[in-house]
Amino acid sequence: MTDIVTDRPLSFQGMILKLHEYWSQHGCLILQAYDMEMGAGTFHTATTLRALGPKPWNAAFVQPCRRPTDGRYGENPNRLQHYYQYQVILKPSPSNLQELYLGSLAAIGIDPLVHDIRFVEDDWESPTLGAWGLGWEVWCDGMEVTQFTYFQQMGGFDMKPVAGELTYGLERLAMYVQNVDNVYDLAFNDAGVTYGEVFHENEVEMSTWNFEVADTDSLFDQFRKHVAECENSLAAKLPIPAYEQAIKASHVFNLLQARGVISVAERQAYMGRVRDLAKGSCQAWMDKNAEGWKAEYPAWSAA
Amino acid sequence: MTDFLLELRSEEIPARMQDRAREDLAKLFTAELAKAGLQPGALQTYATPRRLVLIARDLPAQTAAVSEETKGPKTSAPPQALEGFLRKTGLTREQLVERDGILFAVIDKPGRATADVLAAAIPAIVRAFPWPKAMRWGAASTTMESLRWVRPLQGIVALFGDGVIDCEIAGITSGAATVGHRFHHPHVITIGSANDYVEKLRACHVIVDQAERRQIIALGATMAARKAGLELVQDEGLLSENAGLTEWPVPLLGRFDEAFLEVPPEVIQLTARVNQKYFVCRSADGALANAFICTANIDAADGGAKIVEGNRKVLAARLSDAKFFYETDLKVPLEEQAAKLDRIVFHEKLGTVADKVDRVAKLARWLVEEGIVTSSAPLPLAGGAAGGPVPLADAASADGPSPNPSRKREGDLSRAELADLAERAARLCKADLVTGMVGEFPELQGLMGGYYAAAQGEHPAVAAAIRDHYKPVGQGDDVPTDPVTVAVSLADKLDTISKFFEIGELPTGSKDPFALRRAALGIARLIQQNQIRIQLRPILAGQVMIGDASPDMHEIVRISFWSQTWAEIQHAYAWGQPHNAYPEPLESLPVTVDALLDFFADRLKVQQREAGVRHDLIDAVFALGGEDDLVRLLARVRALQGFVGTEDGANLLAGYKRAANILKKEGFGTSAPAVTPAKAGVSAAGAHPENHETPAFAGVTVEESAGSHTAPSYTPEPAETALATALDAAEPAASAAIAREDFEAAMAALATLRAPIDAFFESVIVNDPEPAKRTARLGLLDRVRAAVHNVADFSKIEG
Repeated sequence: MTDIVTDRPLSFQGMILKLHEYWSQHGCLILQAYDMEMGAGTFHTATTLRALGPKPWNAAFVQPCRRPTDGRYGENPNRLQHYYQYQVILKPSPSNLQELYLGSLAAIGIDPLVHDIRFVEDDWESPTLGAWGLGWEVWCDGMEVTQFTYFQQMGGFDMKPVAGELTYGLERLAMYVQNVDNVYDLAFNDAGVTYGEVFHENEVEMSTWNFEVADTDSLFDQFRKHVAECENSLAAKLPIPAYEQAIKASHVFNLLQARGVISVAERQAYMGRVRDLAKGSCQAWMDKNAEGWKAEYPAWSAA
Repeated sequence: MTDFLLELRSEEIPARMQDRAREDLAKLFTAELAKAGLQPGALQTYATPRRLVLIARDLPAQTAAVSEETKGPKTSAPPQALEGFLRKTGLTREQLVERDGILFAVIDKPGRATADVLAAAIPAIVRAFPWPKAMRWGAASTTMESLRWVRPLQGIVALFGDGVIDCEIAGITSGAATVGHRFHHPHVITIGSANDYVEKLRACHVIVDQAERRQIIALGATMAARKAGLELVQDEGLLSENAGLTEWPVPLLGRFDEAFLEVPPEVIQLTARVNQKYFVCRSADGALANAFICTANIDAADGGAKIVEGNRKVLAARLSDAKFFYETDLKVPLEEQAAKLDRIVFHEKLGTVADKVDRVAKLARWLVEEGIVTSSAPLPLAGGAAGGPVPLADAASADGPSPNPSRKREGDLSRAELADLAERAARLCKADLVTGMVGEFPELQGLMGGYYAAAQGEHPAVAAAIRDHYKPVGQGDDVPTDPVTVAVSLADKLDTISKFFEIGELPTGSKDPFALRRAALGIARLIQQNQIRIQLRPILAGQVMIGDASPDMHEIVRISFWSQTWAEIQHAYAWGQPHNAYPEPLESLPVTVDALLDFFADRLKVQQREAGVRHDLIDAVFALGGEDDLVRLLARVRALQGFVGTEDGANLLAGYKRAANILKKEGFGTSAPAVTPAKAGVSAAGAHPENHETPAFAGVTVEESAGSHTAPSYTPEPAETALATALDAAEPAASAAIAREDFEAAMAALATLRAPIDAFFESVIVNDPEPAKRTARLGLLDRVRAAVHNVADFSKIEG
């Protein structure tokens, strides 16, 4: 661990750059965000699809996340319908993953002898992705700043080998590092631009659209079309396009939820639909690659 | 004798698993050593978030040498016998020992080095460790056979005396090296032996002993509160949890904005406890103070100022959420909330929560109107006034603190008024399930409803009933006594049990997803506490028609009301949220009311056993069948327990058993236990289904068996006459006593039979060759059995 002493706390973008630098130094590919709306960084193919199979994979990226129902018209200091996650995926999980993670906290200016860092049990599960893992939520002075997970299954498949996933909540971490109570007051850079200047209007408009304006007939139609297109891609044995359609369907479903037009009864059916698409895509990805993986890693088997 | 130290170091072990892990470690270690014939002296186990430790004292250096001797043939035996023996033992003739003309094979098994036993035991223990949830990790996890542990295993210290026990598990080699505190002393430290382990780690900022960490937290938190002029609200669960989250615990007190104290104290306590694992404090007047105590894992360089400030912010964010929910909820009348309950499925076969509420409301009203729940029930103790400072209970007690908005006793209410209140309370009792606050904190169901009801000016008894209608929840929980609460609580539980039995959702083994056992026990306790005279059979059978309550089946989602509240369901369905498993559908069978009453009997037995009541006596009374009035049933059981404890009782029991045995041998079937569910007061339709078996007398007609009532065709022996006379007196006396529920008197009437029965068995031969005599005497014995069964089925009584 290196001791970082800075005169002033990192800006939002400075923190991202620091994390990129840190994880790049530790062997990660620095990828860009997936260019689609998604609810969590875990949906990025660099996490879901790449977590499958025996090939080592180390990557870090920022993923914008959209959770339409969390929108608060820019009025809540903590909740946003659009925010950023910093994702690190390391396969196989290195034996010093905790130390690597703590090193990244030090890199962005969190001193573990001043701040109370704790690993508190929190098991992660995403029924949508047929995925689960064991790990912790990492607390910094009582605030959850990272989800730390050892994936055990993805798309219904056992992880062979297990990947470690770190998901930093960037705004929370930045609010912490900058000692700011309102997300919109965050310093985006060191030249006086705030997070609010960049995103406040976005939150107001998107909340309005998510909750009030989005045309639900069109959304229902889109959902059906993405489902059909996913199946079309699966039939053509194209797992990546299929998975993209699953992500799209999932986001459309989230929008329908925000519009309040999906009843309790229907909700489960919709979720089941998306889960089937995502799992089918993972299955297709496995099917497509299993032979090559097997040739390269004779000890590996899919089942 | 030598001490052994084992430290299994891993990434952070969940706090809730640590105690159990210590027990399992001791168990597995003892078992592994026992296989080698070793028994350690004292065993000590420790757990911290990062290590699981065992110290075994006084192990020998070697296991004991064993000499096994096998007897062989005589020296005079034929050579084939000797050859066979040599083949079997693998020895030569010269190696055999001769004693008294017999050959013996002696095989000496030398002792094994204890170090070798330990080296084999450690991997065996690690591989067999029963973590409730285990995982794979790292490069080795390419196969499914890789080691599973609660979190990645990082190191093993294994020292026998000062020597390392060499072993290797999944690439981890044992040694003498460990690490200290994650931040204060992350470097390698070398342990000398079991004797310096605890102190060496202490020097490196690790308190190994969980009990000591608990003590440090308890004391530190108490002192921190006192320093601030406050008193710590004790919480054993939080002590353990914080001890399981820290290796170097440092309690720190912080303050939150006083404005948050407008939120009910239970909400603040729960937020602090569940989400943040903070203790709370009360001020001198007993009210919740605006202070929290968090437990840090470091001696912070700045004395903890930044830690306290960070935690304060997190708590403030959570409390502002809670305050927002509370204020928002207060704006919506409970009726309006209750209207939304038709959107929540109670159970797919039982309709929505709104349907349930409707049934409960009607049943609660009925219970009052029928005079089953009355205002003369024991009144609740006067509680604190609503709105005033509420004394905070220590969280160690079974349930949280609760306000008591009930100021006025309901003793002076008319039955009609009481019925209105009961129905009103029932109609609102589940409304808080759709409030924001209960959505956030499902544990607050009932309590929040009580607050909201009081705030919207409901009658205090209604608010109290909404608050307390889930009670009693656990064994130690208070049993409601306020009549409105009793009516709603009883109605709610009766509805639950009868409905789930109706659709065949029975608890099986350890599975009781709808908490039916708890509901049954709750009903039993409510009835006993309040001496409620109620016949359960017609109510449980659904024969009490109190309005149309057919479930609305339009909802599809299967929701278990108890294992998942509305709020949890919302979370479960939210995108990317952890998924709560739905309860497995249980075997669905048609269930009879008898099965339901048996289920009650079982719950009652469990409960009464703890109160020192013999379960066989409860069986004996339940075996009468048809007894569904728990108050009367228990009175009968108590009288019976008193009676069988007396000499008369014990002898009568012996006489009864002898009579029953003879009858059984002679083919007199079980005589019908006489049932007298004679209690009036409940005039429910179909209250007494005639489901008792007709006596089946094999070989003897019923007329023949009615011995004493027809004049015998022979001269009876004096003892026969005496018994018949005694029965003539005892039968009506016992029946009359039972009818007026004087069970002691019924027992006394039976006691008069004891001497005549003893005399009868002494001087009369039942199995007389003359059929008339035999039949008449069997008839007499049958009368004895029937008379006794009038009180209880003595065949179920042990001894």
